[in-house]
Formats: sequence, structure tokens, C-alpha cells
Amino acid sequence: MKSIIVALVSGTLFGIGLDIGGMTNPANIIGFLDVAGNWNPSLIFVMVGAIVVTFTGYRLAFRQGKPIWAASFQIPTKEDFDGRLLGGSALFGIGWGLAGYCPGPAFSALTLNNSGIFIFVIVMLVGMLAVNMWDKRAVEVTA
Amino acid sequence: MEMIVNPLIGGAILGLGSVLLMLFSGRVAGISGIAGGILFRAVGSDLGWRIAFVVGLILGPVLLKITTGASNGVAPAATTGILVVGGLLVGIGTSIGSGCTSGHGVCGISRLSMRSIVATVTFMLFAGVTVFVSRHLLAGG
Repeated sequence: MKSIIVALVSGTLFGIGLDIGGMTNPANIIGFLDVAGNWNPSLIFVMVGAIVVTFTGYRLAFRQGKPIWAASFQIPTKEDFDGRLLGGSALFGIGWGLAGYCPGPAFSALTLNNSGIFIFVIVMLVGMLAVNMWDKRAVEVTA
Repeated sequence: MEMIVNPLIGGAILGLGSVLLMLFSGRVAGISGIAGGILFRAVGSDLGWRIAFVVGLILGPVLLKITTGASNGVAPAATTGILVVGGLLVGIGTSIGSGCTSGHGVCGISRLSMRSIVATVTFMLFAGVTVFVSRHLLAGG
């Protein structure tokens, strides 16, 4: 129950922050990415604000040794750059540049009750599921 | 100012959200990973918090609208075809690349993870090139 309350509060703050920062308006995303056009720096300031707070807060959190309501910090341990990291990020970038939404703002924009954003989120989830099923199949074939 | 102050405040608030998730639950606020986990990874107790986080993402702008009357949300201008292709690439890409703007861009960079820094530079570069091609080369603008 505690983990659900923390996640609800955290997600709500994330949604409020994305909206205040203008990230639920795809014009701000495309405007940031369009360096050759009428450049809109909003996204970089959202990133700066978020990273300053997260960088500082993470340090304070890690100093506690363990999370307040969980057994341990679950942090990605991989350190190598592989084709998946680069290729996946490249594909994500192309999709982001086309539609103007990354996953967080897409969920937050569901409140707009717009058919386009519903389609985007459903197709995005289908894409995630497809990769997972493909990976599982690959594991079974090699195993 | 609207392009500087509001984004800084918004970023700080969402940063606070990511800090709380780490401080209390020890989890990275990576949205593609959290959402993907609802679909295929979550079993039992791991499912609830993931759903709660996504519900919060949707609830945030609603609360903002109720309390302040303002919301910045704007419906996508892209055609359905572009949204389908874009959504598919975002879903596939973030799954293969283990993260998106929140997980790699905010949480990963804040941990000074080289993988996340490389991922963020890569997706921003490809997104920028995509916008350049679609807006300036293909659209003739």
C-alpha cells in the first residue's frame, strides 16, 4: 500500500511538472527540436530544473543507505554501450521528432480526451509489448 | 519568461516526484519502464505502484486544471498516420533502448550514468534530425 501511495504522489507531481513546464504541448517539443526554425528552449529548462532537483535529491536519498519504505535501491547496473541502447534510442528519437510526444507527456495528455493522443498511447504500448514478446521468443530459441 | 521560468518550475516539480520515488521506494521514475512493466513484467505487488504512477501522471494535469484553471495541454497537430508511426517507434525504441526522456534524460543523467547520457544525446540528435527533415527538407520550409 505504501508503495502505491508513493507512486501516486510521485506520478502526480511528475504530471503537474510536465504540464506546468509546457511538455504536454507538442509544439513546445517540436519547437525545441527544430533548431533551424523558431527555436523554443522550454524543454532544456525543464530538463535543467528536473536534473538539479533529482541530482541533489538522489544524493540525499542514497546517503540514507536504503529507501524509507523499501528494502533496497533498484538502480540499473549495466554500464556498457551496446547496439540496443544506441539503436533503440535512435528509433525513439525519430518517433519523438515525428509525433512530439515522449511517454510521460503522452500519458499526461490523455486528459485532453483527444482521439489522436489515445491512438498514440495505444500504439506506443503495442510497440513496447512487441519488443518484449520478440525478446522472450529470442531467449526461448537460444535456450 | 514563459519559456524559462515555467519550464524551470515544472522541471523542479517533476524532479521532486522522481526524488520521492527513489527516497521512499528505491525506484527510478522512468516512465517507459514503469508503463512497460504494467504490460509484461509486473506480478503481484509489483503491479500496483506502476499503475498508481501512471494514474498520477494523468491526475496531475487534472488537479492543476481544477486548482488553477490552467493547463498547458494541447492536442497533437500531427495526422493520425504520423501519430501511429511515431507512437510505434517511441514504444519500440524506448523498450529496446531501456528508457526515455524521464528514465535516461532525468533520472539517468542525475546519476551521472554514461549509458543514459549517451542515450539522451542519441535520441535528441535523431529527434532533431527528424524534425529538420520533416519540417525543412520535406515540407520545403
